[in-house]
Amino acid sequence: MDSHMDRVYLDFNATTPVEPEVFDAMRPFFSAEFANAASIHTPGQRARAAVETAREQVATLIGARPQEIVFTSGGTESDNHAIFGIVGPAFLPVSSSGDANSPQLVTTAIEHEAVLNACQALEKQGARVTYLPTDREGLIDLEELRRAIRPETVLITIMHANNELGAVQPLEEIGRIAKEADVYFHTDAVQSAGKIPIDVNTLRVDLLSLSGHKFYAPKGIGALYVRGGTRLRQLLYGGHHQRGFRPGTENVAGIVGLGKAAEIARKTLAEDARRISALRDKLQQGLLQRVLHSRVNGGAAPRTPNTTNLVFPGVEGEALLIALDLKGLACSTGAACSSGAVEPSHVLTAIGLPPEEARASLRFSLGRHTTSADIDFALNVVPAAVTQLRELSPTYGKMAEAR
Amino acid sequence: MATATQFATLPKRAQTQRGLVAVAMSGGVDSSAVAALLQQQGRAVVGLTMQLWNQRRLPELQGDGPAQHRCCSLDDVYDAKAVAQHLNFPHYVVNFEEQFEARVVRPFVDQYLAGRTPIACTNCNTDVKFEPLLRMARQIGAERLATGHYARIRRNDAIRRWELLRARDETKDQSYFLWGLSQEQLSRSDFPLGELTKEEVRALARRANLPVAEKPESMELCFVPTGNYVQFIQAYSRERGISLQNETGVIVNENGDVLGRHDGVHNFTIGQRKGLGFAAGKPLYVLSIDPEKNRVVVGEDDVLRKTVCEVEGVNWIPGDQPPGPLRAFAKIRHKHEAAPATIDALDAATARVTFEAPQRAITPGQAAVFYDGDIVLGGGWIR
Repeated sequence: MDSHMDRVYLDFNATTPVEPEVFDAMRPFFSAEFANAASIHTPGQRARAAVETAREQVATLIGARPQEIVFTSGGTESDNHAIFGIVGPAFLPVSSSGDANSPQLVTTAIEHEAVLNACQALEKQGARVTYLPTDREGLIDLEELRRAIRPETVLITIMHANNELGAVQPLEEIGRIAKEADVYFHTDAVQSAGKIPIDVNTLRVDLLSLSGHKFYAPKGIGALYVRGGTRLRQLLYGGHHQRGFRPGTENVAGIVGLGKAAEIARKTLAEDARRISALRDKLQQGLLQRVLHSRVNGGAAPRTPNTTNLVFPGVEGEALLIALDLKGLACSTGAACSSGAVEPSHVLTAIGLPPEEARASLRFSLGRHTTSADIDFALNVVPAAVTQLRELSPTYGKMAEAR
Repeated sequence: MATATQFATLPKRAQTQRGLVAVAMSGGVDSSAVAALLQQQGRAVVGLTMQLWNQRRLPELQGDGPAQHRCCSLDDVYDAKAVAQHLNFPHYVVNFEEQFEARVVRPFVDQYLAGRTPIACTNCNTDVKFEPLLRMARQIGAERLATGHYARIRRNDAIRRWELLRARDETKDQSYFLWGLSQEQLSRSDFPLGELTKEEVRALARRANLPVAEKPESMELCFVPTGNYVQFIQAYSRERGISLQNETGVIVNENGDVLGRHDGVHNFTIGQRKGLGFAAGKPLYVLSIDPEKNRVVVGEDDVLRKTVCEVEGVNWIPGDQPPGPLRAFAKIRHKHEAAPATIDALDAATARVTFEAPQRAITPGQAAVFYDGDIVLGGGWIR
């Protein structure tokens, strides 16, 4: 049997394939159009033009002006740049005790590690960080946000859509609160860009991170939106590329790919969302019907159209993931650590799941190329695998009896 | 099913077929050879490597540079992956850190602090490898779990029982660490190296061009990166908020005369001679450890020899305890030569071991394992 005929990939929140059209747009910039976009000569000017076209395309996707787009190596760099660029070491006190006058950040307990670990690093340097809790759906409470803001607050960083749940935070209201308090507002939009509409002015964000490979551009390219007038420190020192915000010879092919992917996303976003969410709902409903005791994590929140996260009580998510992979279905649980082993999800714990249920949860994330047949395959193999796991589970028997 | 061509580059999925066998892969040469051997026999193989301990967890134990050539290190995970890639079978890293800490590391430290000398590998086998890992192997569709242990499993149809036997290669035999296995665990396990010598295993690994064929053997406990148990026990206790600073006590002779002082009973094991911290005319050995009074009793070699000990947590491999006193050979530590003894089961979980001749340094926390020739009859923890 041909390998790609029977393998189904439902892990598009981890990454997406490069769209053929995107690859075609990039291809000339590897060899034929290889010039440095910072060069003065004609080949350099052609590369520059391609970069600037891409900047427009990315800006258009999020309602920004081209000069507000800084290309980066991806989501992690964008998040780090936004956070350290606003709350840089220069603002921090010498002591690392975090006294009352230390600058303060407000974020959430369910951010991606790129934000959480950056915040923790700043804490060690003396900043204070408030981690807002969320409700069971993965949404923050706006009143709690209001209460968390203090005179020392210098940055609010709250993700747009959560990678594990798909939960979409009320950014417009958060933006309004940030504006009223006159505090910079950054959002990690890595999981929402290309999936749901984004307008930086409606949302009132000052900084926004996005990553190419989450919406059919290659890995290693991303962007940071920086609202005009934002006082953002540069992290890297070098040439004058990208207005000095981000020196380093531009990754022209990657940037062109990001631009093309942004253009495609803008055109197909509404239609994709409609189709993909219908497939997602079919998967979710089908699994709820076929797997006894299964539930959706964060199902009542506004979500990205492609994501669903289910708990299958009585199974080890790690074993289920492997069993499904061996049957040809790729999905995800929690976050992987450096060895590739599964770590307990801080997101599922933060929304109040007990550890055994967090471990029994699986994320399915669909993509532009997911077919109805893919969903049928998943609806076929997942219930069978859960049944097999539960038969060998030391806890499920007791649990099922107790219900 | 998926229509888009971009999926063509994804790795081939394993066909789940009857006879799928999971191999517990540490990244060392033995378990890698198991995978190669089973594959040569035409079995469908899936590799599982356990993530057991975060080597960065106790930073004070970190030497310079990354921990190398030890189990649980990232290097070993990569080695296991490299073998799986070389032989082209699916491989996964599975997280058992929680279970490992609860069932191996914490008991190991607690035992030392209670003046005993534990064997972490036996707990790991009985409570991690052949418990949650074996279950996971079964859950993902494998019929059995194969490991790189040097020991043998045999079905005895006459008594309708699974038997555990010493390895053919006596110098490598690991049956001493496997006495805790149940009939159910034995029925689902495979020890393909039990009939081979270490040299044959290396040769097999070389013939299969395994990237780990020349890898040196790890001798240390996998979660003690420095090999220094005392340091580990101190660091781990500190992490749990337990200070061992106040654990100093005295070293006494059998009459109770104080000969010296010590920094905590976890520094000692029965029969230990070196590191007592004082010089005596005749060589003195640790005879017993009293954690309650924080006393270490020392004496001469002849006092160290004893004929009787009791064991607890007994497991009888056939599943039921013998009806009467049992004549067998008992082994009281890994490198001990099994000695003739009579074993009296006191109840389902305890037994008394009476040796024909006195044995040196019978050590609480170690195991006594009972043999009939090559067959492991059972064993228990010396108390």
